[in-house]
Amino acid sequence: MAKHIFVSYVEDKPGVLNRVASLFRRRAFNIESLTVGHTEQPGVSRMTIVVDADDLTARRIEANLYKLVNVLRVDDVTGKPAVVRDLALIKVAVSANNRTEVMQLADVFRARIVDVTNESVIIEITGTEDKIEGLVDVLRPFGIIEMVRTGLVAMARGAVTVSPNPPLVAAAIPQPAQTDMAGVAMSV
Amino acid sequence: MQLKGAQIVWECLVREGVKTIFGYPGGAILPTYDAMLDYPIHHVLVRHEQGATHMADGYARASGRVGAAIATSGPGATNMVTGIATAMMDSSPMVCITGQVGSRAIGTDAFQETDVTGVTLPVTKHNYLVTRAEDIARTLREAFYIAASGRPGPVLVDITKDAQQSSCEFDWDAAAPKLPGYRPNLRALPEEFQRALDLINHAQRPLILAGHGVMMSGARQQVLEFAERAQVPLALTLLGLGGIPASHPLNLGMMGMHGEAWVNNAIQQADLLIACGMRFDDRVTGNVKTYGLNAKKIHFEIDPSEINKNVKVDVGIVGDLREMLEDLLPGVKSADHSAWLDHINQMKGDAAVLDIQSLPDTGHLYAAHVINDIWRYTEGKAVTVTDVGQHQMWEAQYYRHEKPRSLITSGGLGTMGFALPAAIGAKFAMPEEEIWVIAGDGGFQMTFAELATIAQENIKLNVAIINNGYLGMVRQWQEFFYEKRYAATPMLSPDFVKLVEAYGLKGLRVTQRSEVKAAVDEARAHPGTVVIDFRVEQEDSVFPMVPAGADLHAMIRRPAPVQVDVMAETGADLHAMIRRPAPAQVDVMAETGADEGDWDLGATT
Ligand SMILES: Cc1ncc(C[n+]2csc(CCOP(=O)(O)OP(=O)(O)O)c2C)c(N)n1
Ligand SMILES: [Mg+2]
Repeated sequence: MAKHIFVSYVEDKPGVLNRVASLFRRRAFNIESLTVGHTEQPGVSRMTIVVDADDLTARRIEANLYKLVNVLRVDDVTGKPAVVRDLALIKVAVSANNRTEVMQLADVFRARIVDVTNESVIIEITGTEDKIEGLVDVLRPFGIIEMVRTGLVAMARGAVTVSPNPPLVAAAIPQPAQTDMAGVAMSV
Repeated sequence: MQLKGAQIVWECLVREGVKTIFGYPGGAILPTYDAMLDYPIHHVLVRHEQGATHMADGYARASGRVGAAIATSGPGATNMVTGIATAMMDSSPMVCITGQVGSRAIGTDAFQETDVTGVTLPVTKHNYLVTRAEDIARTLREAFYIAASGRPGPVLVDITKDAQQSSCEFDWDAAAPKLPGYRPNLRALPEEFQRALDLINHAQRPLILAGHGVMMSGARQQVLEFAERAQVPLALTLLGLGGIPASHPLNLGMMGMHGEAWVNNAIQQADLLIACGMRFDDRVTGNVKTYGLNAKKIHFEIDPSEINKNVKVDVGIVGDLREMLEDLLPGVKSADHSAWLDHINQMKGDAAVLDIQSLPDTGHLYAAHVINDIWRYTEGKAVTVTDVGQHQMWEAQYYRHEKPRSLITSGGLGTMGFALPAAIGAKFAMPEEEIWVIAGDGGFQMTFAELATIAQENIKLNVAIINNGYLGMVRQWQEFFYEKRYAATPMLSPDFVKLVEAYGLKGLRVTQRSEVKAAVDEARAHPGTVVIDFRVEQEDSVFPMVPAGADLHAMIRRPAPVQVDVMAETGADLHAMIRRPAPAQVDVMAETGADEGDWDLGATT
């Protein structure tokens, strides 16, 4: 199993998120995270869906997403040049003694302090999942009171324009896998 | 033109070509029912909304056109769910309209409020909640378009009561579907065909697997041209029966769990499987790990999500089957596969002697005989609508279907209670056809309330109840796999003859094989619906059988002919031969079944 990141444009209509979520549930596809928000185009929302799936399953997920009438486009950006980001807010327990230390650590990770009280700070960090996990690891000894993460959002690099409504012919067709015929008796 | 939402519903249905709608009224759909009286659409009042959906489904399967059903909110809509799921699994085009509570009451647990779009989301191709009269026309146009196009399926449109009651401008042309994300007409790339042709033109033991798609895309001619030119035999799925004439010399018959042994063995021995409009359901593959291991596989399929779902293929081509085959045919070379065909014929010859058709009349009434006799006396020309269970499989084995849409059956969902209402729907689609319902005593009792619909609509059907006193298919599994512990399968039934007479219909009873012909003739001659209660052998089993999840070639076979001789010599009753093997024997046969024929099964044995 590997991680696949899909970027999907969907019509901004009631129930569309439910349709996508229901598809993943009933086909037993494993969602790791799903984010949804507006795009530059009115009436079109964009989802970033991270799933745990092998390549063949990923093609089926793509094909199944396309079967949803409200889904306009699906791109599997896994392995393609793309900017992939997660955002976390981490509330850490601090005291007068160690507040500076926590703030310095945040600085190393290019995270920002967005709230400070006598007992806690909230750190905001944007980055890859690895980077965020790195920060979480070093903060844990201080005591993490609360944490929230958005899940991944992704965008392909470069000036390639991605139309939310492409002609879409071959894209929806899962590429056949080469069956391994070795060891199978082919003789008559 | 200023119209009420309720009127717009009928304006749209008329324009979509709906002549008959199957339904049941209630509060939330009442405005629409009121408007109905002014439109030229025949409404069939069902006795249960499940019946309405099966009727619309049967209508769709018989005609190829979209079936329509209508019901009220809450319980009316939830009663439709089984029929919608049935249509979904078998890709049957259907539009269901349901009333919904007023838009302001949504989410308040109002009287008869159910989240119907939520409930039906996983069992519809698409569904809609309409809360404004202005949206009704476009939604219904989209619903009919989606239901019928691409891989067809059921679409549900839930319309709030206020949307039905309020008025707006109705403009049909302006309400054309707007579906930017819906692309039903995918076309494959030319290079894909070349890869398929390379495999096809080099195969030694090719086999076509023909499914429901052959019928739905109208590809019969193309499939036959392909098969005949390249001399490729064909195996059919249950829903594919009729798509290719049973009498065609290259048609081997049905594959799968209750497919004939030579068909399943041919699949396991083939070096190329060419799947046409079928989806490798677990009932046709058996254990996918050992399925068709000797074969390269090509999959022609309209739904991209079916490719590589159950069985990994070497070439998957997406599109409408007929169009794809038309593109493929110029490259298909004529070939001679006589060695392969001879081999299959030999396997067939071996199995034929086990066939129940060859048995003499022993005075016992076997379901297979009944169905085979109905086939004979109707000259194979009837449309049969079957329920689910042993009788369904015997029908598939012993009624030989020559023309498309001549078998209507619930394959994917296996919905008991389907047959009677589906046959009513089919009759409205093809009033000139002779229709036979083949139902079990169990399934018939799930929806026989629709006998009243038959009486009220004055419809002519012929109904054969294959009455074995059991939920037979489940009993068979209990016999084979649960040491004959018959938990909840023996079943008491009413006197079916009296029952149908209470509806003003004709009832007949048959207990001897010698009576079958007279009863069938009498039913056919009678102008109204006739129900025949065939009292068949109770503990008979369907053979061959691939136990669920077993290897396709590991079939439980009909008891071997040697047994017959022994029994004949020892004076045992001939009918004893078609009894099920004892559980111990079953295992032995399952294991040795793989050794059928002299072709190398390679890794499969
Ligand atoms: C609605 C529904 N409930 C349960 C089943 C499980 N089931 C499959 S076949 C069968 C027995 C059918 O009995 P009957 O209608 O008498 O037909 P027979 O097998 O005896 O020919 C049952 C219970 C089903 N397919 N559908
Ligand atoms: Mg029965």
